[in-house]
Amino acid sequence: MKKLLILGGGTAGTIIANKLHEVLDQSKWHITIVDRSETHYYQPGFLFIPFGIYTSKDVMKPKRDFYPRGVEVVIAEIDKVEPDNNRVLLKNNQILSYDYLIVATGTHIHPEETEGLIDENWHKNKFDFYTLEGACALANFFKSWEGGKLVLNIVEMPIKCPVAPLEFLFLADSFFTQMGMRDKVDIHFVTPLPGAFTKPIASGILGDILEKKNIKLTTEFGIARVDNEKKVIVSWDEQEIPYDVLVTIPTNKGDSAIERSGMGNEFNYIATDKETLKSKNYPNIFVIGDTTDLTSSKAGSVAHFEAEILYDNFLNAVEGRPMRAKFDGHANCFIESGYGKGLLIDFNFDVEPLPGKYPLPGIGPFSLLQETKMNHYGKVMFRWMYWNLLLRGQELPVTSNMSMAGKRY
Amino acid sequence: MAAREILGKMLEFDNDNHLKNRDDWNEEVAVELAKEEGVLELTDRHWLVINFMRKEYMEKGDAPSIRKLTKESGVETKELYALFPKGPAKKAAKVAGLPKPTGCI
Repeated sequence: MKKLLILGGGTAGTIIANKLHEVLDQSKWHITIVDRSETHYYQPGFLFIPFGIYTSKDVMKPKRDFYPRGVEVVIAEIDKVEPDNNRVLLKNNQILSYDYLIVATGTHIHPEETEGLIDENWHKNKFDFYTLEGACALANFFKSWEGGKLVLNIVEMPIKCPVAPLEFLFLADSFFTQMGMRDKVDIHFVTPLPGAFTKPIASGILGDILEKKNIKLTTEFGIARVDNEKKVIVSWDEQEIPYDVLVTIPTNKGDSAIERSGMGNEFNYIATDKETLKSKNYPNIFVIGDTTDLTSSKAGSVAHFEAEILYDNFLNAVEGRPMRAKFDGHANCFIESGYGKGLLIDFNFDVEPLPGKYPLPGIGPFSLLQETKMNHYGKVMFRWMYWNLLLRGQELPVTSNMSMAGKRY
Repeated sequence: MAAREILGKMLEFDNDNHLKNRDDWNEEVAVELAKEEGVLELTDRHWLVINFMRKEYMEKGDAPSIRKLTKESGVETKELYALFPKGPAKKAAKVAGLPKPTGCI
């Protein structure tokens, strides 16, 4: 019996478990998934919670509903991986050995990395929306807020879902307008990047939308600390930006188990071959989703596209055949822009987001880098696709490698 | 992609305006590149960062992030921002004749 161990039962881990379980001979393979929690969170939905569009029940389901039948599920914290001994130590003292390991432990926020962020005002006038607790606390805060300075700050790159901060700003503009208090809210986006987004063409287009929506943009701001007395964020070069409510995208880091295992970089992400998705250092370890050190976006769509590649390469690797599938860094993200509209971007390692139509060239129905109602419906529909198709490893009507067809350049 | 003259020699630059050919770099070129970034004088502390970045790049094939610089070069974040204002990792990589660090996409 060969043992496949999957660490992490989030989006990436669940998709790859479903895909591989479908084809691996059950009389020859034993698949085990380890995760610390029983609840699967639909993380793209967290964004909508502060604005009362979703509540917590819209984004939670039991993880076990999505794991394939017949895999062993272990609910436990991971202590560390011992890649040289082909085994994983759990905090409950259990030891799991493996022939092949797939690491999908993801990335998490670390507000404690920034001085002054965590104190008695955390989740009172300083919030994150990358956790359910943070998103719900902010929803409660907005219910009785009378306006003032709303600052959204990205602490440092890379972060999970780099478009989420922009979507938050667009939705905030729409939300406060509909509440009839947009004139009382000063929205300010403070980022360490040189522009609104990481890629130049999209950055320009999104920057223009920010301006149109009267959202102030401060770039190249590296936050050093929060001064809670003065209610300002302070940069390393001592610039100050005042806030009444601070929404932070804290430092993102991979799981601490990766650090304890000595397998990660300075952010606890694992050195991964960008084409095959195999670990650069261990021949029987694959890495998927937010856990990799690749420059592709940390997002569910990327995990989904990677799963197609990893699936192919895994099946060849275990049979001793050469790995042929190559990941191209493909990402595909809906961007809510408020007022029932949205944008869509589609890009990879080499090609930045461009305008055009998707997925059918010239037809769409979705428009790239353009605000349309159809893109918004795409995002709304996506939650259904996520629970019913994507997590279960089923085919979606889009290709895993990016296509230039339909793009204007 | 563009070429421009530095110290009397035409040098090629990539789309991020970083030096394209590693062999074109030397300490005199670094001084000129630093001036373009508003860093008028390169002190021992600047050189410590530049040399660390070049060493990292040669070993790993990628210029380090600010977090890595702070962790391993022995220069605190605050000082990094003082030495290379605004974006220390990007600026130091540029002066060091390296491509933009992939971490700061």
